[in-house]
Amino acid sequence: MILGVDVASMILGGVAAGMVLFIVSVGLSVTMGLMGFVNLAHGAFAMLGGYIIVLSMNYWGVHFLPALALGFVVTAAVSFAFERLLYARLYRATELDQVLFTIGLVFMAIASVTLVVGPENQQLVLPAMLQGQVDLGFTQYRTYSIFLIAIGIIIVVGLWLGFERTRIGAQIRATVDNRRMTESLGINVDRLFTITFAFGSGMAALGGGLGAEFLGLDPQYALKYLVYFLIVVAVGGLGRVTGVFYAALLIGVLDFALKKYIPKGGTLFIFGLTILLLLWRPQGLFAGRAT
Amino acid sequence: MIKRIIVATASLVFAVGCAQAQEVKVGVVLPYTGVGAELAQQQDRGMELYLKMHADAIKPYKITLIKRDAKNPGGADAKIAVQELLTQDKVDILAGWNYSPNAIASAPIVTAGKKLAVISNAGSGHITNLSPYFVRFSFSMWHAGYAMGEATVKNLNAKTAVVGYTDFPPGKDMLASFKRAFEASGGKVIDEIPMGGAGAVPDFTPFFQRAKDKKPDVFFVFVPAGDHSSAVVKTYNALGMREAGIKLIGPGDITQDNKLQAMGSAAVGLITMHHYNVDLDNLENKQFVAAWKKAYGADSTPDFMAVGGYDSMAAIVHVVRTLKGKIDTDKALETLKGWKYNSPRGPIMIDPQTRDIVMNEYLSEVVMQGGKLVQKPIGKIDAVKDACKTLKVGPCAN
Repeated sequence: MILGVDVASMILGGVAAGMVLFIVSVGLSVTMGLMGFVNLAHGAFAMLGGYIIVLSMNYWGVHFLPALALGFVVTAAVSFAFERLLYARLYRATELDQVLFTIGLVFMAIASVTLVVGPENQQLVLPAMLQGQVDLGFTQYRTYSIFLIAIGIIIVVGLWLGFERTRIGAQIRATVDNRRMTESLGINVDRLFTITFAFGSGMAALGGGLGAEFLGLDPQYALKYLVYFLIVVAVGGLGRVTGVFYAALLIGVLDFALKKYIPKGGTLFIFGLTILLLLWRPQGLFAGRAT
Repeated sequence: MIKRIIVATASLVFAVGCAQAQEVKVGVVLPYTGVGAELAQQQDRGMELYLKMHADAIKPYKITLIKRDAKNPGGADAKIAVQELLTQDKVDILAGWNYSPNAIASAPIVTAGKKLAVISNAGSGHITNLSPYFVRFSFSMWHAGYAMGEATVKNLNAKTAVVGYTDFPPGKDMLASFKRAFEASGGKVIDEIPMGGAGAVPDFTPFFQRAKDKKPDVFFVFVPAGDHSSAVVKTYNALGMREAGIKLIGPGDITQDNKLQAMGSAAVGLITMHHYNVDLDNLENKQFVAAWKKAYGADSTPDFMAVGGYDSMAAIVHVVRTLKGKIDTDKALETLKGWKYNSPRGPIMIDPQTRDIVMNEYLSEVVMQGGKLVQKPIGKIDAVKDACKTLKVGPCAN
């Protein structure tokens, strides 16, 4: 029984962390799959969203859920402008140019946030009902983790339905599989990409806000967690919602378990594991057939 | 010929006159940007505040601070900054060092540069052994860690402890000091959990979950003061460790004064051992806190790092006044050895043998008083020396 509770707490903690990774990374995976564009500034959009959500709660007293919506909308709008004004110019550029451009954006984001908001961590103050512990029958666990898992499930089901059952979802899948063919069928891929990009950044913003409780929120955020987001995308495969979902859960649970059971060096194992996984399946663990 | 002698004498007199009115240049090395920016600000403000509060006492000498960014806890950038201060700015005195790795990396340069180096924060025990020019006005990890190890058995009646620490030199120091004193007093450390590096605040959930599963009487946590401490208190509460009967204890870093109020009621009951908190009841502290609030705003709170900066500057001013503005490094060191001073943290002294600080340690519990979190004193140990050097542990033996 003790062991059962022990394992349950590990899985719940890991899944909750995995949900945050999923919410942030899914947009990155889809935009990379669509355009082959390596957007290293994705974490900066997550950070922007996180700041909007946390600061609007702390300074204007906005409630948690409306703040999340606000973060999503504002970040999506900002990323829409960035996509049209800047990113669109670099779609035909070499990968090195794209990487330099987006990593430059990351550094600008870090400097701007330090200047405007300050270097200190911003505290997310959760509504009282999400604080403390909840009784799950077999064990007690952190209420907010359970909330995150629930939100994550709602989002993944929603995204899956959107991907598999809607017209725009079909267009995105078609573009990921074969872009030229899709264009020749008269689908406006550029417009599709703009929409996806804005939506993906909005999701990242949600992740930034939802994850602030345990990932923290400071100007280094954009760089600090980028590696984790990229690992999830690399393991999950490009342009696959379900692949990213499984990868995020796997990374979340493994990272949690390794840190918990082998804290000496456990913070590094996840990187070694990723290398092994990618040697074994370079396309990603959950990628569909290579195209 | 006579004319020439007169000119020479005149210019000599003039030069000496200039030298007396000459300013004393103090090079300050702190992480002004990056993760440690907030910590640097506390120490910087502490130094500036001392100069401001004692402007009359400093006259006719002029103390100029030349500030350099140490950027990160890596050591390399701090070392370069120290080198530039010595070779390009030709400073008379060095001060600062927020992170221990930076002080450790800078030690050879400090020794080669032969300038008095006043440490305002870095707390790894053995740092003062690394250069004969280091004089420490902050603390050694062993001050709080060793005292807490004893008090955990004596005052809190705990038998078992889990130690969680940030995996960098001061964290290992804190683990070693607490463990040694705790086990010598009859307690047992049942698990040691390294919790990631100092560069970024990690998600503490897996580490705390592990500690909770071990069911100790107390969970002793050391993390660098700053954002880490808020995350610790948050995770402790979110995982229901308090309800599980596990007391959260540690050095004062986890109840850092300028973070405490933001932790809210979650922080009530935390027990810490430290050499300073803003609620200390003494005249110097009352004046210090009042001047701080006046200078930096009523919402701003000084913490132990601010006091580290303040006392470092007090020492520098003492040296400048005693040596009448002409800084000779050996004489400066003699001036500080055995120097006694009433700091906001209570009476302090520099141990003539180790050049490290001797000060009181206060055991406190966080309580809610009139809607505000206050650190209630529950014990005090007078004139604590760095146990690492007294007991000659590991690198402190040299």
